[in-house]
Amino acid sequence: MSFAPWSKEAAITVLDSTCDKPGPVLISLQALQEEFGYVHPEAVALVAVACNVSRADVHGVLTYYHDLRRTPPPENVVRICAAEACQSVGARNLMEAAKKSLPSDVEVREVFCFGNCALGPTATVNGKLIGRAKIEDLLTALIIGELV
Amino acid sequence: MSEIRIYVPKDSAARSVGADEVVAAIERESAERGLSITTLRNGSRGALWLEPMIEVETPAGRVAYGPVQVSEIPSLFDAGFHLGSEHHLYLGRTEDIPWLARQDRFTFARVGLIVPLSMAEYQNHGGLVGLRRALKMSPEAIVGEVTDSGLRGRGGAGFPAGIKWRTVLSTPGEQKYICCNADEGDSGTFADRMLMEGDPFTLLEGMTIAGIAVGANEGIIYIRSEYPDAIATMSDAIEIAEEFGWLGSSVLGSAHQFKIRIRKGGGSYVCGEETAMLESIEGKRGIVRSKPPLPAIEGLFGKPTVINNVLTLATVPGILSEGASAYASKGVGRSIGTQVFQLAGNIARGGIVETAFGVTLDTLVNDFGGGTYSKRPVRAVQVGGPLGAYLPVSSFDVSMDYESLIAVGGMLGHGGIVLFDDSVNMAVQAKFAMEFCAIESCGKCTPCRLGSTRGAETIEKIMIGENVQGNMKLLLDLCEVMTDGSLCAMGGLTPLPVRSAVLHFGEDFDKRREVKQ
Repeated sequence: MSFAPWSKEAAITVLDSTCDKPGPVLISLQALQEEFGYVHPEAVALVAVACNVSRADVHGVLTYYHDLRRTPPPENVVRICAAEACQSVGARNLMEAAKKSLPSDVEVREVFCFGNCALGPTATVNGKLIGRAKIEDLLTALIIGELV
Repeated sequence: MSEIRIYVPKDSAARSVGADEVVAAIERESAERGLSITTLRNGSRGALWLEPMIEVETPAGRVAYGPVQVSEIPSLFDAGFHLGSEHHLYLGRTEDIPWLARQDRFTFARVGLIVPLSMAEYQNHGGLVGLRRALKMSPEAIVGEVTDSGLRGRGGAGFPAGIKWRTVLSTPGEQKYICCNADEGDSGTFADRMLMEGDPFTLLEGMTIAGIAVGANEGIIYIRSEYPDAIATMSDAIEIAEEFGWLGSSVLGSAHQFKIRIRKGGGSYVCGEETAMLESIEGKRGIVRSKPPLPAIEGLFGKPTVINNVLTLATVPGILSEGASAYASKGVGRSIGTQVFQLAGNIARGGIVETAFGVTLDTLVNDFGGGTYSKRPVRAVQVGGPLGAYLPVSSFDVSMDYESLIAVGGMLGHGGIVLFDDSVNMAVQAKFAMEFCAIESCGKCTPCRLGSTRGAETIEKIMIGENVQGNMKLLLDLCEVMTDGSLCAMGGLTPLPVRSAVLHFGEDFDKRREVKQ
């Protein structure tokens, strides 16, 4: 995944396409994250002006949703489902193994449900969904991703 | 040589176990062998334990093979699978596979059968018949038909859809909305996702009918961000429907206008609660609203709004095309029609089982599900998602309908069924229910916001043997406060898994038990 480097000018262009939609704050933040990989602290004031709401409102939305991040994303993100259906087939062990054996620069996050509950444990490696996931599958997907 | 057509599901569950790689391998192998093969990407038939399940078109109908791994592709070609020949993965004609043949597919009739974004296939399989009929009816008659069908909300609450629609119809307003709740956050549920990926036009058709029925010209589908494939498929479907002259300023040449747009969620479970979802669509924090006012009267942006789950809306086209009585003839008591059950967790044969209400839990878990994936004995089944009760094997004769499940202290929810084998520690599961509530609580009401954290702490104390009797009393007291005092189902139903774990699996709480995984 590659993102554009943060710039105020580029951010204003992104906001031009979202700020006139009904209920624009969340979609504006989502659009910024899609462009830059995260929501830069300077973006809060820009979104507030563009959407005609207070900076407190923007901050509130930014900090409410699990998906929105305020720091640049790492190169590799592994997300592991930690909900019941995956727990029943060993998601807790997979999470422990991932924390132990994946390289330290890989971000490991827990997520509640990918809707793949009959083929758990489920994880994603940089967005690719993996069912019946074993720690080796996560490592393989990370290696393949680097080669591509 | 005539063209050979092979179906490989594009459903994300199938892709998670290698469907894309299987397609690439089939194409590579057929090119090497000089065969003319077209691979088509359908939705999944729902027999997820057979995925990737590939189907070959033969004169006798589609025949299936599965689960297919890339390494099996050469041997499949050697055996002549592309002509429908025998192989150790051969499953026979798809429609004769007992697991599928025993179902009663209504809402899921087309899922897996058609190529999801083909408007031609959609119409060849009964698509748009319901909408065309609705266009000739009065709004009252459409609402009447939905009411007569007995359709109840499939999101979990089970509120009669017709009554909700009637409220919106009879509320005056220039601007009304149809909001489809596709924030399917419950663990163990995936029917909304599979329907959106496998038969997206059905959902658009149901929403359009709802719009015509209540006088709304705008629909919004709120899809969780964890479902990128569903978002992509629905977006494409909307574009195709616009080009077709269905969505837009004139619905299929009529005077009605209807447009649909998608809003992506932000990874918050509580946004599946209808009023939190409205807040999120409005771009705000997903905080639950107090009711009244009901969303049907003051919903999105304060306007009258129909909020229905994906499955509810996707069932409407069939009701309009087949007639209310065709749907109402299925089911038991006040649970009318079919339910799309989702078999999940530690299960040998997981997937979608759509059948009339009234099937027993035992039939679903053992006959369809085949017991656990780990081959150990089943110990507990959680029905209805993270807020549903844990039921023991002794309750397996319960009839799967709204009322019977309430009678045994559970709830149907969105129809998810999650199996656990005998290695499960139910105290850990109960503690997780509280922890999950603490993470996902919107924070508006105290019983949910604080109760969940205190609940997790109290269970922890019980687990280490600290004043077990006193803390257990405290825990059950806390559960009562959360049940009675929370604003929405998040805090109100979290006690359900906790209490049921205490009631049915008390032995896990009152002794130190090593956490077996």
